[in-house]
Amino acid sequence: MHNIIEIKGLKKRFANGDVMTEVLKGVDFTAKSGEFLAIMGRSGAGKSTLLYQMSLLDHPSEGTIVIDGKNVEQLAGDARTEFRLNELGYVFQDYALLPDLTATENVALPLLMKGYTKKHAYAQAHKTLERMNLSHRVDALPANMSGGEQQRVSIARAITHDPKILFADEPTANLDNESSKLIIEIFRELNREGQTIIMVTHEEEYAKIADRIVRLDDGRITSERD
Amino acid sequence: MKFPNLRIGWFLAVRQIRRASLWTTGLIVSVMTLTFLNLVVVSGILVGLIEGSVQANKQYYTSDLIVSTLSDKEYVEQSSAVLELVKELPGLKKYSARYIDGASIEANYKTRTDPRSKINAAGASAVGIDPVAEDELTGLSKFVVEGEYLERDDYDYVMIGSNLLKQYLPIESPGFTTLENVGPGKKIRVTFGSTTREVTVKGVIKSKVDELSFRVYFVDSQLRSLIGRSDFNIDEVAIDLDETVTNATEARDRLKAAGVGSVAKVQTFEDAQPKFLKDIKNTFAILGNFISSIGLAVATITVFIVIFINAITRRKFIGILKGIGINGRAIELSYVIQSFFYAICGSTIGLLMLYGMFVPFFDAHPINFPFSDGILVAPVLGTAIRVGLLVVATVAAGYVPARMIVRKNTLDSILGRN
Repeated sequence: MHNIIEIKGLKKRFANGDVMTEVLKGVDFTAKSGEFLAIMGRSGAGKSTLLYQMSLLDHPSEGTIVIDGKNVEQLAGDARTEFRLNELGYVFQDYALLPDLTATENVALPLLMKGYTKKHAYAQAHKTLERMNLSHRVDALPANMSGGEQQRVSIARAITHDPKILFADEPTANLDNESSKLIIEIFRELNREGQTIIMVTHEEEYAKIADRIVRLDDGRITSERD
Repeated sequence: MKFPNLRIGWFLAVRQIRRASLWTTGLIVSVMTLTFLNLVVVSGILVGLIEGSVQANKQYYTSDLIVSTLSDKEYVEQSSAVLELVKELPGLKKYSARYIDGASIEANYKTRTDPRSKINAAGASAVGIDPVAEDELTGLSKFVVEGEYLERDDYDYVMIGSNLLKQYLPIESPGFTTLENVGPGKKIRVTFGSTTREVTVKGVIKSKVDELSFRVYFVDSQLRSLIGRSDFNIDEVAIDLDETVTNATEARDRLKAAGVGSVAKVQTFEDAQPKFLKDIKNTFAILGNFISSIGLAVATITVFIVIFINAITRRKFIGILKGIGINGRAIELSYVIQSFFYAICGSTIGLLMLYGMFVPFFDAHPINFPFSDGILVAPVLGTAIRVGLLVVATVAAGYVPARMIVRKNTLDSILGRN
């Protein structure tokens, strides 16, 4: 398996008035294609910040990020947005569904942006929602769904366009135990099918299912174990 | 697929509008409707104030065309030939020929005992009319506010304009006098040069067309004999054309080409408008446009605030859209389309109210201004330009705040950081 992500010397600093705070202090690591990687660490360790840099939602202060052989820090503006659309998928802690759109519309949106016809995009969205056991909720608005259902719609939206990497930022943090287990099971299933997943979590129990756990402390990787 | 940004912008806008609160949408559309009406109605009434006067001048005095005495002549020469040409005009509906001469009118001469006291006299235009033809043309009889309208055989009877009577125009200024205690049944003396005739007031004419209220009306045959116009030469003829004549200038040019222009002034009602009316009309149009532009600025700011608040409160979702790969242009377009929707809805409702309600209402019930019956003037072209202005201003006002929010850092938007 080839390296799908290669990160070298990644640093992220935030300015707070005159004070500069360095959250990531030189992170190096790689993830292989098809790998399920969990990033753990206590609050403030920099795990979410690392995820945001890798997933192109933010720009690092220093360092390089290479995704599937492409130095993504060289991408700017629309090219960066297009890269996220074509190559990456996101699952946010708070589901981040668009409240005016139904489950189908939320899932179909990236496909429509990619140029699918409405009919094709909706058919693909229904298929993905069916895979998440949400066939009965295709026309529901987020406000009328449970947290677990919303997170499954969020996963459907993240994978429906077949991204190279699926990023998940504490996807079970807002869910009850039963829903959390269901979400983790979905991730395991997706990974079995070859999906690369990078998940930030603070729950040891769910991190254990990953192929590898990367631990962060004070902006540095302190351990990596399979 | 072509224009993916427009497609996604449309997709998002339609759903956002469809699932927005009805109250919010109704409120925004109401603001747009009121703004549109403010743009059109305020200037329309200002212009209509004068337009009412112009229309009244046409309807009750000049009609479509007026042929009158050249400034260096005493009457229209070869009047019978001129009238023959008028009768042959294509599309002629009616006409009324008038004899006019300057006169001095005097009242209360029978009760004046002191020869040193001031004579109660005033200057006036004496007009000789065919009462039937004049009434058919201008409806003069409806302006009789006291007494009765003249009949063809009313010899030694006159109708007097209200502006010549003190009870209707209680103004005292040097060089301007009015008659006191004159009304129907009272006798007055009318003097033309060396000829004086005592006549009885049969009625009082009061109109917002000043020209009508400053005249003394005789039956044409009597005035002709009083001023010695045995040649039947007239002073003016007002001509009404039917609907087949869409442009009175053609009829004017036809009369001029036939030679009438060499013996008389031939004018359309627009040519004959007093210059001050044209100046006031233009001034009011400028004033109306100025007030409208303030309304437009208010509308632009209102839409800006509405879209800005909408975009600010949805900043997180804008960040998520960008995060999952939706192009910023598509998001901006979704707000532009929403603004366009509000502007079109507001303008459409405004147009329906304007042409379905306000214009017919003001036509049927003109505003009673002191010098005119004000109507609402809303020409289609002018209204279309205002719709265009409103749409452009609204779309711009929707685009700017959306652009401001979309340009913010994606992650900051998602996390709600400043």
